[in-house]
Amino acid sequence: MIRVLKFQDVYASYGSVLALQGVSLKVAEGEVVALLGANGAGKSSTLRTISGLLRPSKGIVEFEGRRIDRTAPERIVQMGISQVPEGRQTFTELTVIENLRLGAYTRRDGRAVKQDLERVYTYFPVLAERRRQQAGLLSGGEQQMLAIGRALMAKPRLLLLDEPSLGLAPILVREIFEIIGKISKEEGLAILVVEQDASLALGIASHGYVLETGTVALHDTADNLKKSDSVRRAYLE
Amino acid sequence: MEEFAQQVVTGVSIGSIYAIIALAIVLIYRSTSVVNFAQGEMAMFTTFITWSFLLRMDFWPAFLLTIVVAFFIGAALEIVVMRPVERAPHLNSIVVTLGLLAIFNSVALWRYGPLQKPFPDPDNWCIGDSCLEIFQGDAFTAGAVTISRLNVGILFVALMIMVALFLMFNYTKLGLAMRATALNPVASQLVGINVSRMLALGWGLAAAVGAVAGVMTASSLNLSIDMMAGILIFGFAGAVLGGLDSPGGAIIGGLSVGVFQVLAGNYIDSQIDLMAAFAIIFIVLVIRPTGLFGRRLVRRV
Repeated sequence: MIRVLKFQDVYASYGSVLALQGVSLKVAEGEVVALLGANGAGKSSTLRTISGLLRPSKGIVEFEGRRIDRTAPERIVQMGISQVPEGRQTFTELTVIENLRLGAYTRRDGRAVKQDLERVYTYFPVLAERRRQQAGLLSGGEQQMLAIGRALMAKPRLLLLDEPSLGLAPILVREIFEIIGKISKEEGLAILVVEQDASLALGIASHGYVLETGTVALHDTADNLKKSDSVRRAYLE
Repeated sequence: MEEFAQQVVTGVSIGSIYAIIALAIVLIYRSTSVVNFAQGEMAMFTTFITWSFLLRMDFWPAFLLTIVVAFFIGAALEIVVMRPVERAPHLNSIVVTLGLLAIFNSVALWRYGPLQKPFPDPDNWCIGDSCLEIFQGDAFTAGAVTISRLNVGILFVALMIMVALFLMFNYTKLGLAMRATALNPVASQLVGINVSRMLALGWGLAAAVGAVAGVMTASSLNLSIDMMAGILIFGFAGAVLGGLDSPGGAIIGGLSVGVFQVLAGNYIDSQIDLMAAFAIIFIVLVIRPTGLFGRRLVRRV
């Protein structure tokens, strides 16, 4: 298996608050990895460190064998990592199609971008119907679809998803996770998904990490994590 | 009624300069939440640069070259002066722009002296022997309404700059990226936009747009160190009236301020045009605090 992401003994902080205290994890090509943990365990900080929004104070972050822990966020997108941020962060005052075009901002291959746009529309037909509407007028679920679609437009090889279920109705959440699973299979896309709802994330992941106060407390296959007593008690029940 | 129409036409001509300055202020405000108080003095300074170019070349090349130079001055200011205070409270940045105001004023005084400089009016907006006919000759008349060639020229240039900006913002990838940066800088970074570069571009564009206002002002009033002081106040009023973050609003706001000013000067007293214009703006802002076209601030928790 080809390693897409390597995160080795990474420390990062917001001012004087330590967010990550020696986190190590790996993501291989085409696999879905779940990142679980309570609020404040460092899940979002891990994603922010990968996408370059948070600069690690110590440790190594590698993407496809290249160090990226000192690389600017816009450059990281160009290299092939897209993040769907927590709370979706769509450009609410721009139209759906403008949001998707911005997703492809770093790309110069116009024709392929058009094809990818059609592909995003096939995954999320509702976006095609609403392409001329302001993103802010979409429902929460549709905005989440738009945020994922926008990230896909960059043609990433690693997709970072931060709490895709946040604030959404359970039925929508299931639909979105099904699509995420499908995208990963069809595109051979590696996905690192942060999720409060562990059963959802473990449903599509092959393995997972459990973070506790900025360190990895547990790492195992998805099946074992689902059976693990501590995970069940903390996150599944 | 005809007199009224005449006043409105004059107001629109004056207001188009305010509109351009308002546009420059909005270009910076919407992406950085900083009001650039140096906008007027930057425009004055770049117009002195135009004047020094005019000693060597015709109007149009000098004008275009000034716009380019102003763009680079603006971008450099953002990188060298504004970026270090970017993360501090906005008030710090605003104080820095006040410092810039003083610096541009002193440097212009030191380099160019206190005397007014002659500046070509649209009659002489030429390149070689070819001048645009529309700017030549007597005032235009339509019925009882006349509009001077100077005002035709100013309106023409103002319209050009607005159309150019509109096309850039709405039909180019760069324009889309600049709008995105103004709306959501973090999300912009996450789609691969170099946000710092967009901010520098925004300052560059604002300085270039301001340079246009400076040249238009000098064409109507002659070039002097203090020519932009009043224009900045009215332009700022226009920007606030329009909503501070809406380019379209800036234009309508600037034009309205010009019209208010002329109407008040004519129908009330020419001594109180400033006050009357501000009274109207005050009333509008009491009713609509975000201005005519401003975004309503929505804070989501």
